[in-house]
Amino acid sequence: MISIQNVNKWYGDFQVLTDCSTEVKKGEVVVVCGPSGSGKSTLIKCVNALEPFQKGDIVVDGTSIADKNTNLPKLRSRVGMVFQHFELFPHLSITENLTIAQIKVLGRSKAEATEKGLALLERVGLKEHAHKHPGQLSGGQQQRVAIARALAMDPVVMLFDEPTSALDPEMVNEVLDVMVQLANEGMTMMCVTHEMGFARKVADRVIFMDAGRIVEDCPKEEFFGDINARSERAQQFLNKILQH
Amino acid sequence: MNYNWDWGVFFKSTGIGSEIYLDWFVTGLGWTIAIALTGWLIALALGSLLGVMRTVPNRWISGIATCYVEVFRNVPLLVQLFLWYFLVPDLLPEPLEMWFKQDLSPATSAFISVVVCLGLFTAARVCEQVRTGIQALPKGQLAAGYALGFRLPQIYRDVLLPQAFRIIIPPLTSEFLNIFKNSSVASLIGLMELLAQTKQTAEFSANLFEAFTLATLIYFTLNMSLMLLMRLVEKKVAVPGLISVGGK
Repeated sequence: MISIQNVNKWYGDFQVLTDCSTEVKKGEVVVVCGPSGSGKSTLIKCVNALEPFQKGDIVVDGTSIADKNTNLPKLRSRVGMVFQHFELFPHLSITENLTIAQIKVLGRSKAEATEKGLALLERVGLKEHAHKHPGQLSGGQQQRVAIARALAMDPVVMLFDEPTSALDPEMVNEVLDVMVQLANEGMTMMCVTHEMGFARKVADRVIFMDAGRIVEDCPKEEFFGDINARSERAQQFLNKILQH
Repeated sequence: MNYNWDWGVFFKSTGIGSEIYLDWFVTGLGWTIAIALTGWLIALALGSLLGVMRTVPNRWISGIATCYVEVFRNVPLLVQLFLWYFLVPDLLPEPLEMWFKQDLSPATSAFISVVVCLGLFTAARVCEQVRTGIQALPKGQLAAGYALGFRLPQIYRDVLLPQAFRIIIPPLTSEFLNIFKNSSVASLIGLMELLAQTKQTAEFSANLFEAFTLATLIYFTLNMSLMLLMRLVEKKVAVPGLISVGGK
């Protein structure tokens, strides 16, 4: 579904991604972790071309991102993305947030878009908040709406960029529950997250990045199985985040 | 000070037709409002366009808007007015120049000059406010728009501008009031707006203090009402749970 092939990216002289290659198969859940500044968010943003890269290619469901002729808006409309800071549109009601792209990008009728949006809102347990504005919801609720907004576009794959990092601890689980449910339904997912519990529960593979490189890329069982078999950098990282 | 106060002067005949002095103030106020509103339409439309241009990821487009702002913001308003009224018409193609100088009534040609001048001058200031409004939004809003498959113009129209305009209503209000105050420069090219009528009343009646007191009150009341109106607009478009309004 996603094929990342030798992606290199520079900010000026500084190389943020070096020869990153990996595959995400249909229905697979891949967790990307690593220390801050390791390039994991940048990598995931390359997948829907929010960040340009200078070398290599990423092919999403048969469409090459490096290809100059690719219709990027069309590609992006098929790739759902959930952001660390939710990025709901604060001036629109929850219903409008769920329907605006369906109507303006996919050309659905307002009735169809609303029906779809409200069904998804019910699925994330927020049906009664449809008329409110994002500013009236808690962080966890906003993030669930953001997931519903992405799903409303019928994406072939979902990208999560640290979806729980900006949340109060109490609200992390309500978001993870939605993500687990989604994973169990067979959605193809690429998640940048530090939630190792989530990774253990639903990930098929775990990718560990450091200094712009993919250091580890292995099945979950292998990744969490024998920590001593991991690279030194991954061991350090895991020791720090699994300690408590 | 030996001064003959007479607050009844406004109801006295001007000696021209059946007009009383108050009629002059009413006509003047009419011109002031016409200048300010027409100029504001130009300023808001052009300023918004330029403000957007300054934020788009294209050096040439943003560069053009930056040059515009620097030129129009760094030349005094009066100088600009004289340029538009005295010099620019001479640079027009012959037929247009003749039309402007001969076919139009003096009031109309002065009106056009001052409206263009104020509109373009204020546009530079509106541009900067629109730019700051857009730049004050989280970067993620643009990313979220892209991620949903929007194209850049759609993101501006549906995501960025509706939020940016809400943020800048207070400074935009002051700019709106400024254009009413700045409209008084029109008196210097012979357009009989409020200030010109005031001066004329003062000269004709010799009741200088009364004339300027009334003009001051009219400007003050006008701008106060506009400010209150804008505050209502701000409340009306406020987003629930987002931006606090009027200190609440």
